[in-house]
Amino acid sequence: MSTIKLGVPSKGRLMEKTFEWFGARGVTLRRSGSEREYAGAVEGAEGVSLVLLSAGEIPRELAAGRIHLGVTGSDLVQEKLADWESQVASLAPMGFGHADLIIAVPDCWADVDCLEDLDAAAHQFRAAHGFRLRIATKYHRLVREFLTQQGVADWQLVDSQGATEGTIANLTAEAIADITSSGETLRANHLKILSDALIHQSQATLFAARAADWSGHETHLAALAQQLGLDAPAL
Amino acid sequence: MADKAQSRAMAARLLQAFLAAGAQEITPDLLQPAEALLDLYGEDIRARAYVTADPLRGEMMLRPDFTLPVVQEHMANGADPARYAYAGEVFRRQDHRGPARSNEYFQAGFEIFDRADPEAADAEVFALFASLLANVNLSATIGDMGLLRAAVDGLETLPARKAALARHIWRPKRFQHLLARYSGQIAVPKARVDLLNGARSDAPWIGLRQPEEMAARIAALQADAAAAPLPITSVTALNALAALRCPASDAPAQLRALNIAPLTPAITRLEHRLEALARRGIDLTALQFDASHGRSTMEYYDGFVFTFTAADPALPPVATGGRYDALTRHLGQGREIPAVGGVIRAGLLADLEAQL
Repeated sequence: MSTIKLGVPSKGRLMEKTFEWFGARGVTLRRSGSEREYAGAVEGAEGVSLVLLSAGEIPRELAAGRIHLGVTGSDLVQEKLADWESQVASLAPMGFGHADLIIAVPDCWADVDCLEDLDAAAHQFRAAHGFRLRIATKYHRLVREFLTQQGVADWQLVDSQGATEGTIANLTAEAIADITSSGETLRANHLKILSDALIHQSQATLFAARAADWSGHETHLAALAQQLGLDAPAL
Repeated sequence: MADKAQSRAMAARLLQAFLAAGAQEITPDLLQPAEALLDLYGEDIRARAYVTADPLRGEMMLRPDFTLPVVQEHMANGADPARYAYAGEVFRRQDHRGPARSNEYFQAGFEIFDRADPEAADAEVFALFASLLANVNLSATIGDMGLLRAAVDGLETLPARKAALARHIWRPKRFQHLLARYSGQIAVPKARVDLLNGARSDAPWIGLRQPEEMAARIAALQADAAAAPLPITSVTALNALAALRCPASDAPAQLRALNIAPLTPAITRLEHRLEALARRGIDLTALQFDASHGRSTMEYYDGFVFTFTAADPALPPVATGGRYDALTRHLGQGREIPAVGGVIRAGLLADLEAQL
C-alpha cells in the first residue's frame, strides 16, 4: 500500500531538531538500520513513511511530487522553486534552523550603511572600474528579486557556493549576500551587514507538495495534520 | 492559441508590411554574446534570458530581443538614415506561471535611424503599427520619457542630485526615496550623521573599491548635506507630472498647466509629434497619454514610448516601442543617431485575429 512520503534532512542538527519537533507532537521518527543507512521509520502516524534526503534536494523532490511532505529551510524553497507558493504549501514554521539572508559589505566602507548607499557606491564603482559592482551569493533568485524590487542599480551577481565571505578579500566580489545566524564569520572577515537589507528570515519549515499524488491519502493527511496541531492544508 | 506555423506566418506578413514601408531586412543571430546584453540590462536579463556557454565565444544568450543586435549592427556598418525590419523568435525564461507567459514567441519589428525629424519618425512608426493592428480592437497608450527627464534636469539643485534622480527615472521606488531624501522629508539616518561628523571604521581595507573612491563619495555627501533642501513645491510638481494621464489631445494643455518652466521645449516636441500623428490619421482623442508610461518596464527608452494592448489584462502588450537615442550613443563609441522603433508579438496578434 502506498504511503504519504515525508522527506526529512538526512543528517546533522537539522535532522535531530526535526525528529524532536515531530516527537513533541507524538510522532516518532527514527533512522532504521545502521547509522550509515538512509532509511527511516515512523511511529504514531498511520500511512506515513520517512524518506531521508539531503536538505538541499528536498525542494526539488517536493516540486516533482516525489515526496508529499518535506522539511527544509524556507530559504532553500524560495530560492530553488520558481513561483514557490504555486508548487508547495507552507504548513508550519518549525522554530529552529533560523538564519537571515543579508547583504554585507567591507566594514572599512564607512560611507555605506544602507541600500541607498550601496546603490550610490555601485554607480560610482561602475564608472571607476568599468563593470557593475559584484555581489557574491548562492541565492540568485532571492537577491535579484530583492534588489530589483528595491530599485538598486549597477550591480551584478557572481556565483559563490561556499566561503562567500572570502570573495571580497580575494577581489572576486565587492559585496556578498549570504545567510548568517550570529554574524561571527562576517566580523572575522571584516564585513558588516547593511542596515536595511534583510532579504529573508529563514527557518526550518514543513512543506506539502502540490504536485504529489494525494489521492487515497486524504484520511491519513487529515489525521497527521490533527496530530501535529495543524489545519488540514488546501492543496 | 496560434500554433508555431500560424505565428510564423503572421510574423512573415508583418515583415512584408515593414519591408513595403521602406525597411531593409536584418537577421540577427539567435545566439547573442551575453556580455553586451548584461551590460545594457543588468542582472535582470540573466533572470529573463536563457544563458548558455560556448567554449570559444564564452557566455551566450538565446536572443531575448532584437533591439540590441539591430543597434549594434547599425552602429557598425549602417547607412544613415536607415530603416530596418526583422521577424523571428525571441526566448524568455519565465519565473511565474500564467497563460501569457510564453518561453519562446515570434516578434516582428521595425526601426528607424534618422536624424532629420525625430518626431515625424515617432509618428511614422506609431502610425504604421496602428494600421497593421487596426483590424483588432486594441487600446493605445503613449508617453514621453523626455518630459520627466526635462523636469529633473530643470530642478534648481545640485547637479549630483539631478544625475541621481535621472539615473533612477526607470525605478520609481528609488526615485521617490531620493526625492524624499533631497527634500528633507525623511530624516538623515544616524549612520550618515556619524559619517559626516567624521566617524570612520578601524577595520582593515579590503576589496577592489579604493579608499579614494570612498573619500570622493564622502565629499559628495558633505556637499549634499550643505546644500539647501529641494523645495517641496518641486517635489509636488514632479509627482503631478508623473501622475498625469489624459487623452493625448489634451496632453500639451495639461502639461502647460503644471507650470514647470523647463518642460517647455519637451512640450513643444510633444506637440510636434501629436501634429505628425494627426496628419497620419491618428485620432488623438482616442489615444491615451500617460506621463509615466514605460517607467518601470522599458529602460533604455528615453523619449517617445507606446504600447498597444488588448482588453484582457492578463495578456502582455500586443505591441511596444519607443525612442532610444541614448542607447545608440552608448553602443556607438562616440557616434550617435536618433532611433525609434517597436515590435509586435505575432502569435498574440494571430490569436486576436482568430477571435474576430
